[in-house]
Amino acid sequence: MSALAGAVVLGIETSCDETGVGVVRLRADGHVELLADEVASSVDEHARFGGVVPEVASRAHLEAMVPTVRRAMEVAGVRPSDVDAVAVTAGPGLAGALLVGVAAAKAYATAWGVPLYGVNHLSAHVAVDTLEHGPLPGPALALLVSGGHSSLLEVADLAGPVNQLGATIDDAAGEAFDKVARLLGLPFPGGPHIDRVAREGDPDAIAFPRGLTGPHDPAYDFSFSGLKTAVARWVEAAERAGRSVPVADVAASFQEAVVDVLTAKTVRAARERGVDHLIIGGGVAANSRLRWMAEQRCADAGITLRVPRPKLCTDNGAMVAALGAHLLAAGVEQSSWDIPADPGLHVSEIVMP
Amino acid sequence: MLVLAIDTATPAVTTGLVQLDAAAGPRTLASRVTVNARAHGELLTPQVREVVAEAGAALGDVDALVCGAGPGPFTGLRVGLVTAAALGHALDRPVYPVATPDAIAYDVFRDAPGQELLVVTDARRREVYWARYDETGARVDGPNVERPAELADRLAGAVVRRAAGQGAELYADVLGLPVTAPGFPSPAGLVGAAADAVLSRATPAPLTPLYLRRPDAVEPGARKRVSQS
Repeated sequence: MSALAGAVVLGIETSCDETGVGVVRLRADGHVELLADEVASSVDEHARFGGVVPEVASRAHLEAMVPTVRRAMEVAGVRPSDVDAVAVTAGPGLAGALLVGVAAAKAYATAWGVPLYGVNHLSAHVAVDTLEHGPLPGPALALLVSGGHSSLLEVADLAGPVNQLGATIDDAAGEAFDKVARLLGLPFPGGPHIDRVAREGDPDAIAFPRGLTGPHDPAYDFSFSGLKTAVARWVEAAERAGRSVPVADVAASFQEAVVDVLTAKTVRAARERGVDHLIIGGGVAANSRLRWMAEQRCADAGITLRVPRPKLCTDNGAMVAALGAHLLAAGVEQSSWDIPADPGLHVSEIVMP
Repeated sequence: MLVLAIDTATPAVTTGLVQLDAAAGPRTLASRVTVNARAHGELLTPQVREVVAEAGAALGDVDALVCGAGPGPFTGLRVGLVTAAALGHALDRPVYPVATPDAIAYDVFRDAPGQELLVVTDARRREVYWARYDETGARVDGPNVERPAELADRLAGAVVRRAAGQGAELYADVLGLPVTAPGFPSPAGLVGAAADAVLSRATPAPLTPLYLRRPDAVEPGARKRVSQS
């Protein structure tokens, strides 16, 4: 560890529509310090398609890659010779998008003569919290909710194995937000708009279903597809009856159904697994109602809740750099130079061999 | 000058370390050309490391990079371009783009000058990327993407005596031209095609991929109803 004190890690993230480059420094006390977190997003290019178009995202990554690395290094005030390792999201994510980041990371690590870590995107979402709240005190649960993922993970230590307790069996939570937003005539990405509109609505106005909460359903898995359809049916019924759709109430009631299920299942898991720390990450972690309800329910259950600031919850390179720094500190062997980008990389694989 | 050449615009992953002198032209010191359309991302950086090591050099010895800018299937094409761009940035060396068919044409004209040429590479979806060269080796048409039959019609009014590139072999029956080597770009061909710019240390052109096709994406239409009416 002492030999690694001061080590600088550059992280690259291109699994979806954000080209993220982060730079962190490993301190002697085990803390990981954020030096730069630069993101170039292609979200505006996808908006008119109502979702992320993989080829559009991949093209944007290629254009943004070197300028974003350049900017991150300037902001961090590091020179090439200061970088001690390069980490990159190897999966899961969009194949063509991931590949741009993986290829770039290999080139930088090769040119600088430093190790390469091809890491898991989900583990990086967990690791990013240490940039804000310091090292994990012990085992923790992590609820990762975004447009591409909804997973409940048990994490003993950041460089060690991850146990997936549950995940969505259909749509990701963020995907449901996008689809319901479209239904309500709100722009893409839907999350922030639903959150905003819902503040004016009544979360109890409409009793939308809570997916997979029956006595015989898997306790820790999620389902949001049925909820989305229920919202669509409700809206269509109102339109057929010639009633105007109460957008704020629908948004608030939909959001409540999502947030209720996410927090109830997570708190139950924490209690049943005897874990008293919870990290929430991913783009949906920026949702104000999710934060509020998680705070209430964690406080009631005696669970310490850690939610990074929104900028660190959405996809970024800092989270990848943070995980890379933890792997470096733990003496984990670097990835080989021929690693692929793996769109379906399983959450149990934190770093590619 | 020591030049690192990279191209991933065809099923081949092309890498090589090339010595470039004004008088002698490009001379390949080490090269790896692996035909595997599905493994560009896996193979490219290991091959770069191998050619540098085999030539007894270090990456820091490289004076410039040359990279094929396509046209080629998008995902593979980007691997080469982003790798070259990142290496150029990390090493603080210029990266010169060349149109990939120009690299193939360079090799053809070096070995057998004087005859008009068509370079054809596989664009998938039963289409080809192509470029046409006059008897001096200058590109006079393309690169473009088209169905082989449309290309054959277009060639009716042009003088073309031979074709090169893997696409020329694949569609030899449609194009009706004698096929000559090579099927894929070589390191020396890439560096040769960029030689003037590299030797004059010109400011490189932007490293822009030649996609020639727009992304497949459609704007959503009216909402689909979920209720039965």
